[in-house]
Amino acid sequence: MVDTARRKEITREQVRHLAWLARITISKTEEQKYAQEMSEILKYFKKLDEVNTEGVEPTYHVVEVVNVMREDEPQPKPSDELLKIAPVTKERFIKAPRIV
Amino acid sequence: MPGILEFSASELVEKIRAQEVSDEEYIGECYDRIRKVERRIHAFLTLTEDSALKKAREIDSRIRRNQEVGSLAGVAIAVKDNICTMGIRTTCASRMLDNFIPPYDATVIERLKAQDAIIVGKTNMDEFAMGSSTEHSRFGPTLNPYDLRRVPGGSSGGSATSVAALEATVALGSDTGGSVRCPASFCGVVGLKPTYGLVSRYGLIAYANSLEQISPIARDVADIALLMDCIAGGDSRDSTSVDSGPPRLRKSLVEDVADVRIGVPEELFGEGTDETVSKSVWNAIFKLEELGATHTETRLESLDYALASYYVIAMSEASSNLARYDGLRYGFRLKDEDHDWSTAFSQNRRAGFGPEVKRRIMLGTFALSAGYYDQYYLKAQKVRTIIKQALSKAFKSFDLLVGPTMPILPFRLKEKLLDPLEMYMCDVDTVVANLAGIPAISMPCSSNRGLPIGVQLMASAFREDLLIRAAHTLEQNLGELNLKLQV
Amino acid sequence: MESTDLRVKIGLEVHCQLTNLKSKLFCNCSADYRQSEPNTHICPVCMGLPGTLPVLNRKAVDDALLIALALNMQISDRTIFYRKNYFYPDMPKNFQISQYDKAGGIPIAKNGTITLDGGKVVRISRLQLEEDPGKLSYEGTIETSRSTLVDYNRAGVALAEIVTEPDMSSPREARVFLQKLRSILEHLGVSRGELEGSMRCDANISIAGRTRVEVKNISSFKEVERALNFEITRQRNLLRKGLRIGRETRHWDETRRITISLRVKEEEEDYRYFPEPDLVPVLITEQEVEKQKLSMPELPESHKQRLMAQYRISLQNAEVLTENKALAEFFEECAKSYERPDLLGNWLVGDLLSYLYEMNLELKDSKIKPEHMVRLLELIDDGTISGKIAKDILKEMLTTGRSPEDTIKERGMRRISDREYLQQLTEKIFDSNPEAVKDAIKDEKAIRFLVGQLMKETEGKADPQLANILVTDKLKVLRARTRQN
Repeated sequence: MVDTARRKEITREQVRHLAWLARITISKTEEQKYAQEMSEILKYFKKLDEVNTEGVEPTYHVVEVVNVMREDEPQPKPSDELLKIAPVTKERFIKAPRIV
Repeated sequence: MPGILEFSASELVEKIRAQEVSDEEYIGECYDRIRKVERRIHAFLTLTEDSALKKAREIDSRIRRNQEVGSLAGVAIAVKDNICTMGIRTTCASRMLDNFIPPYDATVIERLKAQDAIIVGKTNMDEFAMGSSTEHSRFGPTLNPYDLRRVPGGSSGGSATSVAALEATVALGSDTGGSVRCPASFCGVVGLKPTYGLVSRYGLIAYANSLEQISPIARDVADIALLMDCIAGGDSRDSTSVDSGPPRLRKSLVEDVADVRIGVPEELFGEGTDETVSKSVWNAIFKLEELGATHTETRLESLDYALASYYVIAMSEASSNLARYDGLRYGFRLKDEDHDWSTAFSQNRRAGFGPEVKRRIMLGTFALSAGYYDQYYLKAQKVRTIIKQALSKAFKSFDLLVGPTMPILPFRLKEKLLDPLEMYMCDVDTVVANLAGIPAISMPCSSNRGLPIGVQLMASAFREDLLIRAAHTLEQNLGELNLKLQV
Repeated sequence: MESTDLRVKIGLEVHCQLTNLKSKLFCNCSADYRQSEPNTHICPVCMGLPGTLPVLNRKAVDDALLIALALNMQISDRTIFYRKNYFYPDMPKNFQISQYDKAGGIPIAKNGTITLDGGKVVRISRLQLEEDPGKLSYEGTIETSRSTLVDYNRAGVALAEIVTEPDMSSPREARVFLQKLRSILEHLGVSRGELEGSMRCDANISIAGRTRVEVKNISSFKEVERALNFEITRQRNLLRKGLRIGRETRHWDETRRITISLRVKEEEEDYRYFPEPDLVPVLITEQEVEKQKLSMPELPESHKQRLMAQYRISLQNAEVLTENKALAEFFEECAKSYERPDLLGNWLVGDLLSYLYEMNLELKDSKIKPEHMVRLLELIDDGTISGKIAKDILKEMLTTGRSPEDTIKERGMRRISDREYLQQLTEKIFDSNPEAVKDAIKDEKAIRFLVGQLMKETEGKADPQLANILVTDKLKVLRARTRQN
């Protein structure tokens, strides 16, 4: 019997979709578990609704630095060591799973 | 108790330079100590004994030949395992990076090496820095050296423990929402989160990039200043770093708080704050007053929303920062896959990440997703502005804001693992500084039942000098802390 | 059914590589990756290694400002970068650092226009900077390959994304727009459109006021027209049958020349745009914009006007010449030493261009030199060669780079059997040898002298049989005339 008094902040379907968006496979049991945990946490986050933020700009950068740029000067770097740490390669390509 | 290991970094550097102490011998003793206590506290994930000893021998040799050596000459430093060290395994305590060997050094590592510091090993942490107890490590928890049944705090638990337990003299951690101050408080050591942008993040494996800073951990304030003077300063590889030179904080190691106005926000002593913690912190405040400071109780209502704001932002950024772990270019990759890329990525990440990481990624994905972005991420960033403005205003009347680092004493292992929200609540006093980008230091001020208690001082942006001065003054005038290591 | 009846609306999202940049957008790897071995132009930053951070290329901003000015756009005084989050094997970080125009995003410029030849105005809604992903290749086709091969050389290269309003009303117009855009970018010197993959576009198309369909994976301008024509047909057929046009993304299959529906699963992608925390805002001052304005090269429109005024060539020719900056430059170089630029224009626009197209060659990659082009025209003018021969010689010069004289000599190794040409020569010889002609009319055996002259004139290369025939025929005609008299 569904406890209607405790409205879920997030449903199992939503969790499944989020898991897909984030590319993390989760089992049906985990879906349930995460839905529950995440609901609790999201309920706590709702606290933010209490704050009046009208006319307030978001803070994307907490330090006031601007215009950081570099000159257009190429610097050759050794690439072999980067290929070495790739788990699967073929010749000089990095091998990924098939597209379809 | 090995005496040499109790010296501070500043003292050691002098002795090594004066050839009173052989660096090789000192480093050797560090590893003896590590061998002795590691199986009980598990602070380290990787040890670098051979290269450390080699470097030590080289430093001794240079000194004998009257050559220049750096400001951290020969000092043993432990490095949190989310800071890239070239050629040394860097795992973030995750299966996902279990085999990752960075081909480059983080900027702070380059600077440490340039000053001849010696990396003795990489320390345990909560996986991808997500946690407040170091229990979310793929490789098992680190234990509090003052009580092995309890957590050392997190996420930089390994770093704080190694310093407290005398395995290393100083350490580096990272602080996103309290991840250095929390373990510093729980392990009775000093931890400073710098102003955002003061220390380069290049080479810090990102969890929440608008909030985090690499942070020094040491046993006294003087060593914190020494480390900061080495690692801080602008870096062209980090666009968010502030273009300034080293902060020269050693100049602030004076005992003087005569002009210091302390604000004590009520919100930092919120519901759930342990009475002994509250009492200890107030004693520290009174001590500072004795020494010439003044204090005023104040209210900063917006601080009640800091925790929610922090977590929404941190999780959102994390969901994006951790997207790169798909097993193609580095890291963990499942074998024998015969799936399309989307399924393969999903299986790989399922196997590579622990449950707390997955939870935060999904919550962060939710907070950024269409239809929820305004209500969660954008809202949290607006609340952040309000908090930042409130603090700016407060810093017009106060030089420091003081309160407890942690609302509670170090808790027992597993105590807060059942309910994620309970664990998140531990950060209630520390997240404020990350949200506003201001510097904050935690130092031990007292103990209760043999467990350390930390007091937290916050100052406005780039005023680490005030923090160092006040903390140093307090430190020099506190009595014995009655702490006894269990190892 | 006319495009206008269908109320076709086409919008384009064009990704142009800023090929003038030497390094990538956010790291200092060399951006000159074509012709290189896979995964040789990479570094920890563009490979998305943990702990690495992006740093913006100053010149990319400068180039973007030039584009914004050329497209008459409103330049933002403050611009920020956003993350576009999605997973794909060609994405080193599984998010792309880009820009956005909603949710507080501010692209580098907005609200501009491009005017096509003929007056049609296409509105440009925004210009943004973003990074290119890596390149995927397969063993076989995308559908049959058991794995995917990834090359990150291209990952991180700077792209300028130019998005239009759905102002184009036919596939042809879309192609014309792209050609104009390419010409502008070439004139600015920020992008070489002829480099493989340097200009890619996605198209949005709707007909009869219905749902908009997105078409991706269009690799060239030619393919744009084909893909959109296919879509119009497909959508029209759906409407005829009374079916709905689904709002979706379709993939253009170049080989099969159809669009196919890309969505494999029911899940809908959600890019979760948010501001890039690792990059700080870029403030663009008026001085900065002025500086770029002053350094602005000649744009196609003024270039066209100037060519018409300076060289008195037709509008049509001027349009074609300025469409391809290299061709226009070649024209002007030739025009320095040739007095009939109008003829020159015709030759370049007509013949030269069509030969290049035939041979799938870019002017820059051909071997022809301006002085040789001029020389060729001079040889036509003084009657040394016919127009027809000249065309052949021109074609050869494109691949050999030899002068017309050398080419003629070279070719002359083969028989000259151009009847018209030899006819001309025959006339010439008859005119200059009246005595010999008289003799030949009387005595058929004296023909040998005239044929000999013809052979001499062609340095022995004339087809002897043909030469004989021509001389004989001409003599016949003359003999007939003489008898009449």
